Amino acid sequence: MMGLDVSRIRAVIRKELRDYRRKRSIVVAMAVLPAIFLIQPTLSVFLAPASDATAKYLDLPLLLLLLIPVIMPSTLAAYSVVGEREQGTLEPLLTTPLRRHEFILGKAAAIMIPTLALSFTVFGLFLAVVGLFANRDISSAVFHQGPVLLALVLFTPLLAGWAIVVGMAVSVRASEVRVAQQLGMIASFPPLGVVVLLGIGVIHPTFTVAVVFAVGLLVIDVRALRLISRMFDRERLVTGAKAARP
Amino acid sequence: MTVPHHPADVGAGAYGLESETAAPPSRARAESITDAPALRGTKGSSALVVDRLTKRFGGRTAFSEVSFEVAHGEVFGFLGSNGAGKTTTVRTLGTLIAPTSGSATVAGIPLSPENGVDIRQRIAIMPEAPGLYLRLTVTENLEYFAGLYGLHQAGPRIEAALDAVNLGDRAGDLCGGLSKGLRQRVGLARTLLSDPAIMFLDEPTSGLDPVAALEVHNLIIGLRQKGVTIFLTTHRLEEAEKLCDRVAILNTTLRTVGRPEDLRAQLFTGALVVKTLMPLTHPDQLFRAISAVEDWHSEEPGTYVLSVSDPRVAAPSVTRQLVSAGADVLFIGEAQHSLEDVYLELIDEDFEARSR
Repeated sequence: MMGLDVSRIRAVIRKELRDYRRKRSIVVAMAVLPAIFLIQPTLSVFLAPASDATAKYLDLPLLLLLLIPVIMPSTLAAYSVVGEREQGTLEPLLTTPLRRHEFILGKAAAIMIPTLALSFTVFGLFLAVVGLFANRDISSAVFHQGPVLLALVLFTPLLAGWAIVVGMAVSVRASEVRVAQQLGMIASFPPLGVVVLLGIGVIHPTFTVAVVFAVGLLVIDVRALRLISRMFDRERLVTGAKAARP
Repeated sequence: MTVPHHPADVGAGAYGLESETAAPPSRARAESITDAPALRGTKGSSALVVDRLTKRFGGRTAFSEVSFEVAHGEVFGFLGSNGAGKTTTVRTLGTLIAPTSGSATVAGIPLSPENGVDIRQRIAIMPEAPGLYLRLTVTENLEYFAGLYGLHQAGPRIEAALDAVNLGDRAGDLCGGLSKGLRQRVGLARTLLSDPAIMFLDEPTSGLDPVAALEVHNLIIGLRQKGVTIFLTTHRLEEAEKLCDRVAILNTTLRTVGRPEDLRAQLFTGALVVKTLMPLTHPDQLFRAISAVEDWHSEEPGTYVLSVSDPRVAAPSVTRQLVSAGADVLFIGEAQHSLEDVYLELIDEDFEARSR
């Protein structure tokens, strides 16, 4: 990752965020999805019995919030490269001094920023609603779900990172947007599986588990980012043919 | 950075690909009509030097053994039919595609993978489709590219680029709302942003109506007057004839390079066109009696094309002979060959060579 120019990465991020804001369907999809994922956990908290079993009962609804950073960025990531190619903007972009690492980091950051902002906003809203309006015992139980809350904080950027890098990897190689989005969605299943296993108690969420999984995800994200860099071949992107290498 | 006198070889060694192929049959003709001054450019040192550049995609050759130079401040036309290899050549010189063999120096920098960023910093390429972000405004599109070129405080540059293409009053418009001609102009403004050493314009008038095409022509003429080096690919011959100092004709191999008028002179012998009120009774007898006439043929009744070595020398004696034979002469003048004639002649030769 030598010779990164931060101003060029910033230019990519600024343009991407502008583009998202102008496309109503993206804004609506970004707003609706988190709202839907907020409903179930909130209802669960208000319907939960105030008993000793409360803490365990609340694991799944809380972990459901982790679906937001997995599902939300996958569509954007899958569109990121092949979408530019389809709309004819990729070739002019590749003729500039922009390096592939800068392009990939800029694109990834531009997807990560709204994903994190919305995910943490939803978590914050959920905790605020619970703190203000829920039964005191339930509220206390939620705020004492230390490992789960830690998992929420740690996993959110890392799961989003997974969804983004996998989506972008698919996007670099895909021939059309629809295929990329379908494959990107499928590729985000493994982290969803981890979330489900945590939620249904197959993997018990402890501090150690949360940290181990977080480190594992971090390693995967960084390696996947490097892999995309290697896959990003200007000649292949422009002509569809693989460039010959020494 | 020092500017090398010769392009660095980035052929088989750098790209690890097969060695160069033997020169194709058509190359002999290209050499015979490619004179040295035309190869070297006309207005100063070379902005672009291409030496035996070849690109193959598997078994298919996009272009082969292409060599030419473009001088600073020159408008260089790169002509060829669809599939001739024009766009692939531009993409190769723009570091989007690695050549299979051969070498080039672009804006003083040897063409090689490690020099890609430096080369792209010093050139600008406008692909056939301008590729604008339609949900962004004209200014926002240019701001993005200014950022990618690392231009800080780009406002004045953007204004200047928009003024140069007469789009100052449309700066706040969404690109999606612009006509094709206006989008093409935004694309041109984008190439001007970084003050490039070479501008590559790939079919800049493709798909434009005549008015929009004329606007683009005028912009290119304006840039030429400012001394910008332009590499213009086109298959519109009248466009090349109007805009370019020199042209190269590509048909996978480079068929010829030179000034349009030189190519005409090299490819076609001198000819006089004679028109008479009534068809001549004995044209063969009449024309063979004139020593300056080497051959003749009739295109239609009363219209004759005479092959002569020097039309200016031959015209007076032809006129005298016709008048003395009692012919009513309507017109006598030098036959004009367009760049289109040159192009078709060369493409015909290729077709015939392949048929044999």
